[in-house]
Amino acid sequence: METFWFAALAFMFAMYGVLDGFDLGAGIIHLRGARTNDERRTIFNAIGPVWDGNEVWLIASGGVLFFAFPKLYAASFSGFYLPLMIMLWLLMLRALAIEFRRHIANELWQTLWDFVFFGSSLLLAFFFGAALGNIVRGVPLKGGYFFEPLWTNFRVSPEPGILDWFTILFGLLSCSILAWHGANYIALKSWGNLYTRSRILAKYACLAGGFLSAAALLSTFWIHPEYFTKFSDRPWGFVFLLPAIFSPPLGLFFSWRGRDLLAFLCSSLFIFSSALATAFAMYPVVLPSSGDPSESLTAFNAAVSEYGLRIGLWWWIPGMALIIAYFIYLYYTFRGRIGAASRSTY
Amino acid sequence: MLGNRLILMEDALLLARLQFAFTIMFHYLFPQLTMGLALLIVILKVLFIRTKKLSYNHAAQFWARIFAVNFAMGVVTGIPMEFQFGTNWARFSVFAGGIIGHILAMEGVFAFFLESAFLGLFLFGERRLGQVAHLFSAIFVFLGSWLSGYLIIITNAWMQHPVGIDVSAASDPNQALELISFSALFFNPWAIWQYLHNMLGAVVTSAFVMAGTGAYYLLSKRDETYGKIFVRLGVVTGFIACLLLAFPTGDGQGKNVAQYQPQTLAAMEGLFETKKSAEMILIGQPDMEKLRIDNPIPVPGVLSFLTYQRWNAEVKGLDAFDRKDWPTNIPLLYYSYHIMVGLGTIFIAVLGIAFLLLRKERLFKTGWLLWILMLCVPLPYIANTAGWMTAELGRQPWLVYGILRTADGTSPLVSAGNSLFTLLGFMGMYALLSLIFIFVISKEISNGPEHLSHH
Repeated sequence: METFWFAALAFMFAMYGVLDGFDLGAGIIHLRGARTNDERRTIFNAIGPVWDGNEVWLIASGGVLFFAFPKLYAASFSGFYLPLMIMLWLLMLRALAIEFRRHIANELWQTLWDFVFFGSSLLLAFFFGAALGNIVRGVPLKGGYFFEPLWTNFRVSPEPGILDWFTILFGLLSCSILAWHGANYIALKSWGNLYTRSRILAKYACLAGGFLSAAALLSTFWIHPEYFTKFSDRPWGFVFLLPAIFSPPLGLFFSWRGRDLLAFLCSSLFIFSSALATAFAMYPVVLPSSGDPSESLTAFNAAVSEYGLRIGLWWWIPGMALIIAYFIYLYYTFRGRIGAASRSTY
Repeated sequence: MLGNRLILMEDALLLARLQFAFTIMFHYLFPQLTMGLALLIVILKVLFIRTKKLSYNHAAQFWARIFAVNFAMGVVTGIPMEFQFGTNWARFSVFAGGIIGHILAMEGVFAFFLESAFLGLFLFGERRLGQVAHLFSAIFVFLGSWLSGYLIIITNAWMQHPVGIDVSAASDPNQALELISFSALFFNPWAIWQYLHNMLGAVVTSAFVMAGTGAYYLLSKRDETYGKIFVRLGVVTGFIACLLLAFPTGDGQGKNVAQYQPQTLAAMEGLFETKKSAEMILIGQPDMEKLRIDNPIPVPGVLSFLTYQRWNAEVKGLDAFDRKDWPTNIPLLYYSYHIMVGLGTIFIAVLGIAFLLLRKERLFKTGWLLWILMLCVPLPYIANTAGWMTAELGRQPWLVYGILRTADGTSPLVSAGNSLFTLLGFMGMYALLSLIFIFVISKEISNGPEHLSHH
């Protein structure tokens, strides 16, 4: 039962990465990809109806984490106190940039929110990557709790900070991958100059992301060789790892050939499969200790009682079915490209 | 050394409480409007589809824009609430996560997805969807937000009156609680009245905002078609909701407090001594040193009657309880409760008169009452906030009533310095957001609904 919820959480976080990933990515390429006000409006119109729903995957994942693994929720949220709060402030600025921008048709007003949207999206992508880096690397757990300052000496040591070379690498990886993913999405939704620029940006971001992910993969196996043995012990785990390795070159090829949907599916596949591969490599550990390994939190010692986990199935499975139905309806309603001249709310 | 450490821990506790109080009060300024407004927008859409009068649809579009800004503010200030259980109340999260984690996760899975997906459709999809599907997307936004409200209320109700667990096994704050009955959470006797009372409070806020905006248009002699729609809809729904707020929901909630949290009732009413034929105090200030009310204006017997339906029934005062179980801030609790009740009474009076004057449209020409309606807009926000302060201060010194004290729920390793940093961060951020929010809303109101009909 614990394993089921571990997998369910990995699935939900992976969905969050894929879905909110592209609207964060759209923010990262916003200033470079879209130059005129019409083009920028196209970007907001492309993500406008969906970004909020995408972000709910984060909130719902947090909720499931809270109910299934309260010890993990308590330890990680209080331990990552500072970066989480900073992330909250960035989420606020970003959401309000998207909402406020459309209410007043004034050039200065809109330029301001364009910058806020770009900056907060970029920093959020970086912090999400760094957060993942922290979870992969491990934290100084003691008696079920820890507290990390923002940085210590930037080394991977038993007393690390939120930022060290390893987590910064993950942060940069996340920025480039999400920029790739966002550029693919905008290429899928736009015409004209915006379309051309998005495709070019997608290719650059894909190259950067490909190299950074190779670096991240190697350094992960270097500081945690035991993650690699998970794959050699249970080779079916390569089902998650191989798509993550092959999707960037494939995506590059599709972008070059102008197959926008396939390119977008490649970046989605990359995010989804690399998230699941990470979960596979870590299982059953959910939060590794950077010092004594017996302090690590696992899916078994952090979970609630069997009754609670079983009851959860009764609502989680129909809940997921409903959500998938909403999302299909939502994306189907807003299918197709958005012309720059289309009348819009922005 | 030990004394020093205790002071530091008290600082950390105080800052964690202040941060939660500040962020939740700011947060709840927005959902109280959106939950009520979602209902009013559905009504406007239905009126449009039935009467085919375009002005109803423009009215709905106008309020949808206001709704969207408030909704966004509610979402972004709401995420810190879910996060803070983990960041600042880690021991509480471990202790109670198996129970309230369920409800909060369900809120995400059932309510937020419903709300956000259909809000996207509602705001952006009127052309693509057609009128009937557009109405349904408004209905789903309404259902999503009211479901969200229900799940939050049963979370709070569980903290006020814990059910579904083995209470006798819950003596150790370091031992996580185990859920034994999931369905008990949903039928918590505390939750039913609290939910209805709370949602009616939200309807009153949105009704006053709508009526107040309409009154502003009528007094400024602009957008008058819409001004009349807003005043009429606001006054009618507001008046009905106000009456239901007092009876039966407020009454039912008061009886819950009397039954399950008797010392809270005594503190709310400023009743220091147990007595028969207990009085209700209209005005007076609690003096916590002499344990009495200064310059009271009491109405004898009313408290006994409201609580037990007998004028001479005995009501327990604070003296009947152990002082360490008294609510920690009795004067603030007392004032919050009195402000809520006092404002509620004023609402019934104002909306009652306005309701009577709606006949033959006399209200639209009654300048002084339109002025009052316009100036009343901030009051329901104060009343709702005061109501929640009554609930939360009344629960003290407990985090989970009778089981976990607030001091035992904090995060062990988050220092006071770090809490202060984030509290100041929230204050700065929210001050900035309020300014921009007010700017955007006043811009929308000054553009007005007629402006939308030209597009």
